[in-house]
Amino acid sequence: MRTICFYFQVHQPFRLKRYKFFDIGNDHYYYNDFENKTIMRKVAEKCYLPANKTFLDLINEYGNNFKIAYSISGVAIDQFEMYAPDVLDSFRALVDTGKVEILSETYSHSLSALKNREEFERQVKLHRDKVKQVFGVEPKVFRNTELIYSDWIGEYVADMGYKGMITEGAKHVLGWKSPNYLYCNAINPKLKVLLKNFKLSDDIAFRFSNHDWQEFPLTTEKFVSWLNALDPKDEIINLFMDYETFGEHQWKETGIFEFLKAFPNAVLKYSNFKFNTPSEIVKKVDPVGAIHVPYPISWADEERDLTAWLGNELQDEAFNNLYQCYDRVKEINDPEIWKDWLYLQTSDHFYYMCTKWFSDGDVHKYFNPYNSPYEAFVNYMNILSDFIIRIEK
Amino acid sequence: MKVLMFGWEFPPHITGGLGTACYGLTKGLSNFGTEVIFVVPKTYGDEDLKHIQLKDAGDVVITEKRMQYEEFWDKFRYLEVGSNLIPYMDPEEFAKIYDKKIFLGSEYREQVFKTKFTFTGSYGKDLFQEVARYALIASYIAASNNFDIIHAHDWLTYSAGIAAKEVSGKPLVVHMHATEFDRSGDNINQGVYDIERAGMEAADKVIAVSNLTRKIIIERYGIPAEKVVTVHNSVEPVTLPEDFKLTKAFKEKTVTFLGRVTFQKGPDYFIEAAKKVIDKDPNVRFVMAGSGDMLNRMIKRVAKHGIATKFHFAGFLKGQEVYEMFSLSDVYVMPSVSEPFGISPLEAMMSDVPVIISKQSGVAEVLKHALKVDFWDVDDMADAIYGLLHYEGLSKMFKKYGKQEVENLRWENSAFKVREVYKSLLGDI
Repeated sequence: MRTICFYFQVHQPFRLKRYKFFDIGNDHYYYNDFENKTIMRKVAEKCYLPANKTFLDLINEYGNNFKIAYSISGVAIDQFEMYAPDVLDSFRALVDTGKVEILSETYSHSLSALKNREEFERQVKLHRDKVKQVFGVEPKVFRNTELIYSDWIGEYVADMGYKGMITEGAKHVLGWKSPNYLYCNAINPKLKVLLKNFKLSDDIAFRFSNHDWQEFPLTTEKFVSWLNALDPKDEIINLFMDYETFGEHQWKETGIFEFLKAFPNAVLKYSNFKFNTPSEIVKKVDPVGAIHVPYPISWADEERDLTAWLGNELQDEAFNNLYQCYDRVKEINDPEIWKDWLYLQTSDHFYYMCTKWFSDGDVHKYFNPYNSPYEAFVNYMNILSDFIIRIEK
Repeated sequence: MKVLMFGWEFPPHITGGLGTACYGLTKGLSNFGTEVIFVVPKTYGDEDLKHIQLKDAGDVVITEKRMQYEEFWDKFRYLEVGSNLIPYMDPEEFAKIYDKKIFLGSEYREQVFKTKFTFTGSYGKDLFQEVARYALIASYIAASNNFDIIHAHDWLTYSAGIAAKEVSGKPLVVHMHATEFDRSGDNINQGVYDIERAGMEAADKVIAVSNLTRKIIIERYGIPAEKVVTVHNSVEPVTLPEDFKLTKAFKEKTVTFLGRVTFQKGPDYFIEAAKKVIDKDPNVRFVMAGSGDMLNRMIKRVAKHGIATKFHFAGFLKGQEVYEMFSLSDVYVMPSVSEPFGISPLEAMMSDVPVIISKQSGVAEVLKHALKVDFWDVDDMADAIYGLLHYEGLSKMFKKYGKQEVENLRWENSAFKVREVYKSLLGDI
């Protein structure tokens, strides 16, 4: 079986408001409602609504031959409910076709797997319940925040009963191996692991409209010719990307939606590839071997490691102080405290504190509401200080 | 007596203590019936103008017609050629100005002098250029106003002061609120130093804000001792609304640093002392309020020490925010490496906050009821902070006597001394 697995990440953080020192202890509302609403509406109009319509049309056209998967963070679902119920309806319509799989993840798109297993499992369950409530389906395959994966994170996930997990086909982990096969976890072989083909994924997600790219412009014919040029034994091509690729990162003027519309036909007609969802692949395909990932990897930046979120002094200080709150938060068991605790864990807050300006800095800058990582840190710490006062009361 | 005074900032638009000092001084002078025309690069329209006539240098329209004052041009040209301002303009501009013809040639005149200048009024990248332009405007203002004496505050205005003196022939007093050695340690900016020295050499009298500064002026600028007079700064009494006192929203005592986050102010020593105190007693909060070129490094330092949930950054505060900050503070620390005077501890004491000041500050010369430490002695500083936080007898005493002490420091007294300086140059007017 040769197949393409499309997976899209849908996520919007609850962005924090400007929170000053004087607010500490006085103001317990942390979110920038205006900005969150504005961004949600903008992305809904530019990406979510038109992209969902495009995929729904394609599914209606190709029936069983075209399938995709999403993972939608809990904080994104919360914001859809608040600001864009129309988007949530259109996702429901997609899921109702039965051709769209929803993956599991942590509720708040958090880095909890790296720090606190109990909280990680709690969040996964919260997200699972939310997906069930909103879409009426039970996820089978897991996707951790930003595709962060390691042997032991895979083990946690296997222990929770998941059959498959998706992550990055990072070069330094694969070595001579190809990402175009199914692998299994090195500790618990029952967990199958799908690896992103970052070359072909990023051709669409990052390079599609890049005029300096020698392959510009990217057409479906060209893409299919690359698929046909792959080793005939390659089985699975995992195309994983941010959903905001469609219409937001690649504007509609670049022709990205036209590319999408023509894509299934080109693949089905001119290659021997099909489309399958992650859980279908996990069920049908046998893994070729274990993939060893002793240190966590992610899909971010050149390094494919955690340095976008953790590692500099600012990030580590904020992260460590945040997770020190866990026992107390659990003890208090108050719904408001639980909610803020969730939202403060969203990985984006740590991403804004990244100081790697020179290689991937431009990507970071694009998504960053702060002028500098220092400003992001100070604002976050002011809020966290208030949160700590609340839980220590 | 009428004074033409050149400043760089005026409350509420201030970046440091200079604006505050100018305000206090002009207000004090007005009590003696001394008239002040205060010139700043840019006015905003909401300054307190009860006591002075505030002139916005940017509002002075210089038209081609006015530029025909031959005398003005002659004097001005002389000044430009003789000063060291110009090399810091960009090379192209410099080439134009250095060529004496440009002052008569039409091209340059149109470019720079056609309409009003817009000064940004802040310490921007074209600072030297603005300083030079300010001097140009000053000569015009000097030519079109009546006054008895010129008073220029800090190096940014010295060129203006010199220009005004050249045009009017009136005596010049320059006021050193800080020296380049205070701002930059030993890695001084030669251009700034040169302007400072030129200003002091051209001046008839130099006012220093402390004996510390007076000593630097004599020793490092070679200004004759008899020309330099110390006049300590004072503090403006504040009347806050009755209901002003903020209720503190957390239980921990708070230790505050308030000032520019730059080398001169010693923010790094404050952080090291904070770390020592927090290690001993985690129930203390520290706040660093202000901005500056060392801020990011300080934020990183706090993160590295792992004290970021107890050490907060409040950003730059102005106006009432400063007093809000004081009302939340239990101890105020000014760890300056080199502080010509330092008004902010006086403001803290006004607000009943006990203060720790570095021995390397001019204000240490006038204060008795403050703990004085060497800026580099972070153990001593931590000890002083700990003591003021934990031994109530100590903090009570400092609050009580400290307030009395600062209430006796009045701008009228400083202004009186400044007036004595004027009189020594003018005789009794």
